[in-house]
Amino acid sequence: MLFFAGAAGVSLLLWMGFAELPAFGQDHHLYRDLAVREAFTHATANVVASVNFDLRALDTFGEETILVASVTGVMALLRPAVEEREYRDSDRRAALDSTRFVGYLLLPVTLAVGLDVVLHGHLTPGGGFQGGVVLAAGLHLLYVTGSFRALDRLRPVNVFDIGEALGAAAFAGIGIAGLLTGGAFLVNLLPTGTRGQLLSSGSVPLLNAAVGVAVACGMTVLLAQFLAQEITVAPRQERS
Amino acid sequence: MTLLVLVSVTLVGLTGTMVALTADPQRQAIVLAVFGLVLTILFMVLQAPDVALSQLLIGGVVVPLMVMLTVRTVQRRHREIGR
Repeated sequence: MLFFAGAAGVSLLLWMGFAELPAFGQDHHLYRDLAVREAFTHATANVVASVNFDLRALDTFGEETILVASVTGVMALLRPAVEEREYRDSDRRAALDSTRFVGYLLLPVTLAVGLDVVLHGHLTPGGGFQGGVVLAAGLHLLYVTGSFRALDRLRPVNVFDIGEALGAAAFAGIGIAGLLTGGAFLVNLLPTGTRGQLLSSGSVPLLNAAVGVAVACGMTVLLAQFLAQEITVAPRQERS
Repeated sequence: MTLLVLVSVTLVGLTGTMVALTADPQRQAIVLAVFGLVLTILFMVLQAPDVALSQLLIGGVVVPLMVMLTVRTVQRRHREIGR
């Protein structure tokens, strides 16, 4: 009964909201015209990157902070408790040969794609967030290939934890540099260059790289915590 | 173009219903990944490649993986307690 009352209220509000929206698929976009013009004056080929890292960089900084906070929360929740200890599960079934082959084959490809998505974020679709997730997911192909030990060696969680913090700090640092020299937080103060070049659009590639480092490290830490729960943490008391 | 939009919106509705109707959480994670892929196609058709890339990675890979790992851990804990 309570549910139906709530659902009726929500659908009424949604209906009122949707009724005010512009029609689907029309050509008149006020915000698009403004954003595209601004992106072109800042020589940013990818307008979405211009919105994310130049025009509304403060919003991206907020999202970045949310990601850091949630990764910290997951680490605090999933840390090994007192009655648990970490152990290596050695009798895990080996993966199929074909799976291992595809995993090893795609590992360098995925890492290269991730780097490409981060570095060309201001030119083509993509950016720090997407590229960072590709990098973190690519690293975990090593788990698919069955060598959790190799993954563990290649992925010291402490280093990635520091990397995430450094990435977020670099974002804030670029913002403060803008505040000191340009008079506004996260103002685009670098020379913007020629649109379409790798070194263009001012501080957007720098912010992209900072977000890429932070997201890649944060996602790796996040997945590492979940994997560790699944593989290595077992109750201390052994039952026969 | 309109046909593509209609087809992909219909697919999103169908796969979303399938996710909601799948009872076993471990199977649900797989269906959720398919739903994420279909949603990616819809975003591509609506000319939002940046959003499609994020959706492909988060909705297609990371969230189903986390759901699956969590479900497996919970089930193993249950087995260990039940022993």
